Amino acid sequence: MGKTLAEKLWEGHLVHTAPGEPDLIYIDMHLVHEVTSPQAFDGLRLAGRGVRRPDLTLATEDHNTPTDYTLPLLGTSSIKDDVSRTQIETLRRNCAEFNIELYPMGDVEQGIVHVIGPQLGITQPGMTMVCGDSHTSTHGAFGALAFGIGTSQVEHVLATQTLPLDRPKTMAVMIDGELAPGVTAKDVILAVIAQTGTGGGQGYMVEYRGSVFEQMSMEARMTVCNMSIEWGARAGMIAPDQVTFDYLKGRTHAPSGADWDAAVEYWHTLRTDDDAEFDAEVTLDAAAISPFVTWGTNPGQGAPLSGSVPDPADYVEASDRISAEKALAYMGLEAGTPLRDIKVDTVFVGSCTNGRIEDLRATAEVLKGHKVADSVRMLIVPGSMRVKAQAEEEGLDQVFTDAGAEWRQAGCSMCLGMNPDQLAPGERSASTSNRNFEGRQGKGGRTHLVSPLVAAATAITGHLASPADLVKS
Amino acid sequence: MDKFTVHTGRAVPLRRSNVDTDQIIPAVYLKRVTRTGFEDALFHAWRANEPGFVLNQDRFAGASVLVAGPDFGTGSSREHAVWALMDYGFRVVISPRFADIFRGNSLKAGLLTVMLAEKIVQRLLDDIEDDPSTEVTIDLIERQVRWTGEVHDFELDDYTRWRLLEGLDDIGLTLRAPEYIDSYEQSRKPWLPALTTR
Repeated sequence: MGKTLAEKLWEGHLVHTAPGEPDLIYIDMHLVHEVTSPQAFDGLRLAGRGVRRPDLTLATEDHNTPTDYTLPLLGTSSIKDDVSRTQIETLRRNCAEFNIELYPMGDVEQGIVHVIGPQLGITQPGMTMVCGDSHTSTHGAFGALAFGIGTSQVEHVLATQTLPLDRPKTMAVMIDGELAPGVTAKDVILAVIAQTGTGGGQGYMVEYRGSVFEQMSMEARMTVCNMSIEWGARAGMIAPDQVTFDYLKGRTHAPSGADWDAAVEYWHTLRTDDDAEFDAEVTLDAAAISPFVTWGTNPGQGAPLSGSVPDPADYVEASDRISAEKALAYMGLEAGTPLRDIKVDTVFVGSCTNGRIEDLRATAEVLKGHKVADSVRMLIVPGSMRVKAQAEEEGLDQVFTDAGAEWRQAGCSMCLGMNPDQLAPGERSASTSNRNFEGRQGKGGRTHLVSPLVAAATAITGHLASPADLVKS
Repeated sequence: MDKFTVHTGRAVPLRRSNVDTDQIIPAVYLKRVTRTGFEDALFHAWRANEPGFVLNQDRFAGASVLVAGPDFGTGSSREHAVWALMDYGFRVVISPRFADIFRGNSLKAGLLTVMLAEKIVQRLLDDIEDDPSTEVTIDLIERQVRWTGEVHDFELDDYTRWRLLEGLDDIGLTLRAPEYIDSYEQSRKPWLPALTTR
């Protein structure tokens, strides 16, 4: 029997395997940021251990960094919060001590860890990648095995460049057909999560398959794989193809010359064999997917924008019903309200889910010639300083500021509000990020997850909307 | 890591599903660079805003076992969620289903996460709500959960069980045989990316 892509990646990284023990897996690249690493570096020091492969370790500052500083930036003076500043300074000290490449705030390469890996060409097909961050699944878009880990595992990888892991099962998500115009990768993944629930991918390495994913750009594929964790999957991946190779060619860390040819030849083998079997399969119909938004407090609580807030009484499972009741109470929503009638105070475009150049282009395309509604604050935060520079080269920043949106420096920003970009209690946002958990974007804040297209249309109208609504009005 | 063999303690009923790690510990507390002292952060929003929240009820004070609905620990990979639970005094969490990353983190840090069927968890929730003095025993040697009149086996792989029983450090275990890593590194593709170090 043939093998799935995930099985090939797993077996290609087996350092050691023995009956009754977890497999020991080699890690090709370890991404590090300030939040989940300080205790790991401390652990190394306490045990008198070093970093085995600083050359396979890359650090950036993203979660705590403010987005409203001006360049050139020297030091950490723009961080007003003492605890945030300490965390950033701790990372700088640790990287200096352990010889690790770090892209600090203000650096031309700085950005969200999952945006800078691909843009540097560090994310490549066939690799294993980890980071103390659950959205590491993003890198699976290149046909890599990439997943988030906890701080104990961060320390383990720093010390050994390996991880002991139980082999997950495999699952295919199959979506064939054509997406309707205006339906994006974000809508696709939100529809998948609504169908499977937040635990549907539990214990699986998921491969997204079918013509819908084959036709996506690399950035769209990253949006899909990014949210794999939101339905519980251990990893999400898409087999590499010409789209992948074209994206990689010429990037700083991509192979070149004879190495490029050898790499491409190998990358072509990274496909699920025709006779391979998955442990589970999920199928969706592309034609049935429309712009999708969340109404609740987990990413599985979503519905088509054309729909209404559901009635908790309609849920069969008691735990689902209670969860929906609590969500509506927290979100301040009534069952039966059309989703398009929900007014928002803030629109956030950015994050490792939708903070890349294509997302900004899509946002600008909708905003062009319009104004952000008076009642709405719109924050646009590029995923990296390179994305920011590219957007400015294309004049997108001008479109944003002309429309009345705020254009910021790169970072995680309002996705999780560890920096000053937060919602006030009771404030409601339409956000292109990945989590609508209670308080995620600020204490008491209410989040609706949306695509960049819906975000932009919502900013203009002041209520949840898609670009199609603008044409009609 | 402390050894875990058998633990007996009172329990707290957290009758909620999809308890994500943002609820277990909000991001604002992740700015600390220490590994301990997170007890004040545990379930901070619920403790602050809901007077009736189980951890605000005196009758459950001092409990060391948390019993929760399905899909506990979803979302962010923050291991701080495990540290906060342990700092608060929990040694065990029981739920029908845990999110992968949270479960991995818990078993590395020595917080035992036990999966029981949803019906059994419901009974346990009912019993501890009826009588908060109910003592629950989690026996890792026998892989059993026991309380008044109830005995239920749970599953945990032999390797993890052994590691917890012995209180062994994962990194130390891997470094017993560094030659496997040396030998794997010889076979890596030559074009794989590497950073210039300082």
